[in-house]
This record gives sequence, C-alpha cells and structure tokens, in this order.
Amino acid sequence: MHELSLAENVIRIAEDAARHAAAKRVSRVRLAVGAFAHVDPDTLQFCCELAARQTLLEGAEFLVERTPGQAFCKDCAQDVALERIGFPCPLCGGFDLRVTGGEEMRVLDIAVS
Amino acid sequence: MCTTCGCGHGETTINGIAPVRKRHASGPLGAYRRLEQGAAHAAEAAPLGAAHAPEVDPERTIRLEHDILASNDALAEANRRQLAQQGIFALNLVSSPGSGKTTLLVETIQRWARQTPVAVVEGDQQTANDAERIRATGAPAVQINTGKGCHLDAHMVAGALATLRAENALQDNSLLLIENVGNLVCPAAFDLGEAHKVAILSVTEGEDKPLKYPDMFRAADLLILSKIDLLPYLDFDVDAAIRMARQVRPGLEVIRLSTRSGEGFDDWLAWLAAGCAKAQRG
Repeated sequence: MHELSLAENVIRIAEDAARHAAAKRVSRVRLAVGAFAHVDPDTLQFCCELAARQTLLEGAEFLVERTPGQAFCKDCAQDVALERIGFPCPLCGGFDLRVTGGEEMRVLDIAVS
Repeated sequence: MCTTCGCGHGETTINGIAPVRKRHASGPLGAYRRLEQGAAHAAEAAPLGAAHAPEVDPERTIRLEHDILASNDALAEANRRQLAQQGIFALNLVSSPGSGKTTLLVETIQRWARQTPVAVVEGDQQTANDAERIRATGAPAVQINTGKGCHLDAHMVAGALATLRAENALQDNSLLLIENVGNLVCPAAFDLGEAHKVAILSVTEGEDKPLKYPDMFRAADLLILSKIDLLPYLDFDVDAAIRMARQVRPGLEVIRLSTRSGEGFDDWLAWLAAGCAKAQRG
C-alpha cells in the first residue's frame, strides 16, 4: 500500500500550490500515471480521497489520466508502443527494450477557488 | 449569479423544470478559468471574452506538472551526494520476505573480512532482530521500523545515516548495505540514494517471479539467485528464471549464490570490491 504515501504527496503538492495561490479550496486534481509507473491508479485515486480529509482538498475529485508505455527496441531499432513490462517488442518479438515513456507519476493541474 | 455582469439563470425553467446544470463549467465556457504556468504566483488571467458563466464558481486551474515522488527523489539525491563525498558504496537490497537477505548480509560481512568498513541499515515493520544479527558480526547497524509502512523511503534512510554518523559508524570509503522491507512491490518506487538496487530471488520461490513482479526486477542492477544449494531438491528452472528476469531488465547481471556452500561468494565479493573501488575514485 505505498499508494497511501504517494497520495499524501499528492495532497501536499496540491495544498502547497493552492495556499501559494491564496485559494481556499481545491475541487479537482488531475494526475498523470504512466502505464509503467509503480502504482495502481484505482488504489491511488482511493487513497487520495482518504488523504484529502480535513485538508483544502476535502471532497475534491481526483482524475487519473493514463499515459501509454513506450520503448525503443534495440533489435529492430524502432520506437514501439509497449503495453506491459515483460512483453516482447510488438514488431520483432525481441526483449531488448529500453523504456522511453510511461513511467511518470505527476500532478498535472488542480482546480481551485 | 454570473460574477461578470450579474445575470443569472437561477429562476429559469423549461416546462416548469429547472434545467440541470453542471456545477463547474469547463472548456470555453469556463470564463473565469485561468491558467497559471509554473508554481502559482503572478497568474495570467485568460481573456474573459463575452461568455457569461452564471452559477459557476470563480474557479481557476493551476498548472503544476509536479512529480509525485519529487520530494523523495530530492532527499535521495541529497543522500547520494553525501555518500559520494565520503566514497561510500551503497546498495539497496530488495526481495520477498524469506529470500535470505539478512543471512546473505551476515555471511557477506564475515567473508568481506574488513576489506573496507561496513555499515548496515535494516528495514522491517517490527522488531530489531535483524539489526541484532548484524551487530553480532561486529558491524554497526541501524534498525528502521516502518510500523505499518511497506517500504523504506529516502527520508527514513537520511535519518538512519545521521544516526550512523552520530555513532561515528559511517566511515569514508566504506560499504553501506541497506536491507529494505521484504516486499517485491512497493520498494521499487522509492529511490533511497543507493548506487544500485540488488534483487534477491531464492530458488524456493517460483522462477516466474520476475514476470509477476516486473517493477522490482526492472529496477535492479544485479540479481542474486540465493539458496542454490537446495536446487537438487526443487524443480526450480534456473535458466528460465534468468531468461524471465532479462525479459524485464535486459542485460541484468546474475550471481548464483549459496550462503551454506559458499558457492558464488567469490563473484559477489568481487562485484562489491569493484563497486567500492569505483565509489572511492568518485
């Protein structure tokens, strides 16, 4: 359940930004979670709702956008879309893949009032 | 009421029924939405245009693009810098519970025979049993108890390093071994400031663990296959395990090791010595 630690980070990041902008309330948080990020998006969402209690984010809506996994295949020298770690290159079936995208866990933006 | 001009739709009905409105407008109707670049201040108001937006909170969007792990990663970098300044080679040992991490550490300290000083940080939810096992070898050890926590983070390790320093136990040009909480999932996400994560997979586990828990094996720079003295009694397919590990982490180095028979220790100690030499050169 490291999602709760991550959720606490989300709340801290959003609260800091909201205070800095002299906002009283955060009503929505948009997160980007890559396909290869070390997190389960549904659990993260649930944990964010828990961690938001008694903060400026109480009752806020948490939206998670999934970003696709990408890799560079050294066998066929192509950028490829990769669904999961451990899957072969969809073009050549090789496994010599370097992940180039889909690892991020970011707070994209927040709606404040 | 629209805060631009005072118009309002509060009393409007259609066939006697008030139309349902979304609480927050979005898109071009979100007339009060402002987009702020960067941290927050000096917000640039978007042109208000002519659109009325009654019953919309004066809500605005602040763009952050902030990495969720940024605070951990910054602390991890600070740990890494401090360790580098002292020429310390630091490893983060990760595995399931019961793979033999602590036994590996105890045997390693004994066989290392003070080539460099060694210090250990132990992570467990509860008890100081592991730190006591390490201290029995003569090496200094700090026990982190995470309580309900499932992983070590950079902040905990910074505290452990401060404790070791206060005891004068974090010496220059030494080896630092951090044993993470036994868990093949959560510790993968948290950088502690180590030079490498070392994953340990015992042959009493399934050989497909690297595919079942790819995040951890992908984060590792070395895989130790432990308890290989038990292979004659098991159906564990070593080649398949290594193949699957390299499926998630191309080129992953593998050492087959037994603390009972001592097999593989020459390779492991040589790997440690090479890492220490590199850390000392800076």
